Amino acid sequence: MADSRDKILGNLRRSLRRGASDETAATDVRERLAEHRPNTIPARATALDPEARIELFIAMAEEVSATVARVAGFEQVPAAVADYLAQHNLPSDMVITPDPALSPIPWQERPTLSLRPGIATGDDLVGVTGAFAAVAETGTLMLISGPDSPTRNNFLPDNHIVVLRAEQIVPSYEEGWTRLRALKTLTEGKFTMPRTVNFITGPSRTADIELKIELGAHGPRRLHIVIIDEPAGD
Amino acid sequence: MQATSHDFKENARHALGDKNLQAALGILKRDFAGRRGAAVARLPEFERLRVEGRAIKDHVLQHLDLYLEAFEQKVVSLSGQVHWAADAAEARDHVLAICRAAGASTVTKGKSMIAEEIGINDHLEKNGIAPIETDLGEYIIQLRHETPSHIIAPAIHLIKEQVADTFRDAHIHLDPARPLGEARQLCDEARALLRPKFLAADVGITGANFLVAETGSSIIVTNEGNGDLTQNLSRVHIVLASIEKIVPTLEDVSTLLRLLARSATGQEFSTYTTVSSGPRRPEDTDGPSEYHIVLLDNGRSAMLGTEFQDMLRCIRCGACFNHCPVYGAVGGHAYGWVYGGPMGSVLTPQLIGVKEAGNLPNASTFCGRCESVCPMQIPLPKMMRHWREREFERHLQPTAYRAGLRFWAFLARNPPLYQAATQVGAALLGWSGRGRGRFRSLPLAQGWTKGRDMPAPEGKTFMAQWAARQKQRAS
Repeated sequence: MADSRDKILGNLRRSLRRGASDETAATDVRERLAEHRPNTIPARATALDPEARIELFIAMAEEVSATVARVAGFEQVPAAVADYLAQHNLPSDMVITPDPALSPIPWQERPTLSLRPGIATGDDLVGVTGAFAAVAETGTLMLISGPDSPTRNNFLPDNHIVVLRAEQIVPSYEEGWTRLRALKTLTEGKFTMPRTVNFITGPSRTADIELKIELGAHGPRRLHIVIIDEPAGD
Repeated sequence: MQATSHDFKENARHALGDKNLQAALGILKRDFAGRRGAAVARLPEFERLRVEGRAIKDHVLQHLDLYLEAFEQKVVSLSGQVHWAADAAEARDHVLAICRAAGASTVTKGKSMIAEEIGINDHLEKNGIAPIETDLGEYIIQLRHETPSHIIAPAIHLIKEQVADTFRDAHIHLDPARPLGEARQLCDEARALLRPKFLAADVGITGANFLVAETGSSIIVTNEGNGDLTQNLSRVHIVLASIEKIVPTLEDVSTLLRLLARSATGQEFSTYTTVSSGPRRPEDTDGPSEYHIVLLDNGRSAMLGTEFQDMLRCIRCGACFNHCPVYGAVGGHAYGWVYGGPMGSVLTPQLIGVKEAGNLPNASTFCGRCESVCPMQIPLPKMMRHWREREFERHLQPTAYRAGLRFWAFLARNPPLYQAATQVGAALLGWSGRGRGRFRSLPLAQGWTKGRDMPAPEGKTFMAQWAARQKQRAS
């Protein structure tokens, strides 16, 4: 309904007392949108060296009931995952996103683990995904959608296991955006937002009944994060 | 929904006598303010972020037309669709048309106050489409045919025994003897019942906490993950958002997100913050095939440039509810329409008229806590005073009330007379209340003393005591 569009924009301009073609205002907006100027970023994470930043991420994630395992290299990931499954008495069937970042993991070293690459269904108990980045400030994971990382895998399985490298831990959300813009510009020639960016801080929860926090409202009941210290190979 | 804001006084009286409601509000008062306080104390930069957040919103409001155009252009470039709605009826028409085109029989819904504002559930039901609320609180009140009593905790007016009764009445296919005494059991039951609904829904409707002009994105902030399942598992995703939700860049929205969760629930960050941009891409293996944004005005464009413009900075965190003595005493339903608490007392008269909602800006002690905790520094008490002025100008109060105000104004403008009158009054009240120290009822103020006692004054006014003290000091 083009009428309403014109009506709303017309009302706004009348209230703002200016016309549709105010060049100064238009330039202000164009510049503001292009410059990506950060506002104040809390010193909590920016002031830290890389090791302290990883420790802050772990502390903040654990504070919101995520569990974290830190391993030296990709070879240790299958054991870390198997330990987690055993600890929670979970079956060894898992759905895993076909994320190339996860391909160095030597799953065959634990033949009892059974991995199904692809999209999660409502019945999957355990899902494994990668992540784009992680934000130390609040223990938040940053996941992006794409052909190798369907969004529903972050929400449907009861147990969400996220595997990422320590160097993916950034201080702030702003640094996450900067890295995303850089990656997309590099791979696609220009920056386009992925269909979905999920910031995930701990497992699903609700406090809708008497403000009592209960985990596992609709999304995962548990969130387990495996951090690999080894940098990416080239 | 049918507003009952004109009945605020009756609603409030009823609420004060409702034992379950008072128990539930006791929990709210005990928990919410403390959690926010602790989160704010942990972030030394919080005050600076408030100032910056306010500046972001003020800048957007001064350029709102241009940001909306930039946002629309970006959404379209991502193959999304933007639908402009001047009022609630038009927004309902858009949603229904999209649902019909999708051949929808069921619609899952994430939490959205705009959905409440436009009354979308009733409209869909009337047209043969079943809306299913998936936020736990919204699900509970949908089963009870109630409206949300708080913008972020819609079922905060209930205690868990009431929720258990509601589930027993609604879920009759389950064993009637099952235990439902704990919140955990209630959550699990709702989770199990709603999971197949997510998977079967044709259309998913969510709200938006923010819209990002730079990227054409809509953002939802939730803890349960229901909004994500709603929008990811449906073929069609509809976002309901009002026009003032726009923020320029991803950096700007990061600043506002740091303020939102801390102010709302005292969390460092909500569990899920989801940024959605357009429908699934050709190479994607999941996500909705269609992405629609319904942009609602409904009176907001008329607030720009007026004394109510600052209200458009509101990010709907609910902090003003959680710190308001009036909300804490009567709960959200007494306010009689979609938005309660201090922000509702300012916004509701704008949206449904001061004639219907004139009671709301009067339902304030002007203690100022709402403004002091508002992350967007909205001067809520000042704006309530503006509404009171408008109400007086339009002769909307009863004659006796207006006569009382006139008499008081006359006294207040004559300081010697005012002091003489208050001295006589204070002496009289002090003398007659000297035994008990308080009054159970007072002539001309029975309405006030019906629900509480009036403490007896000490017999001398502040002015008189001050004058005496000054005299003593001088001698």
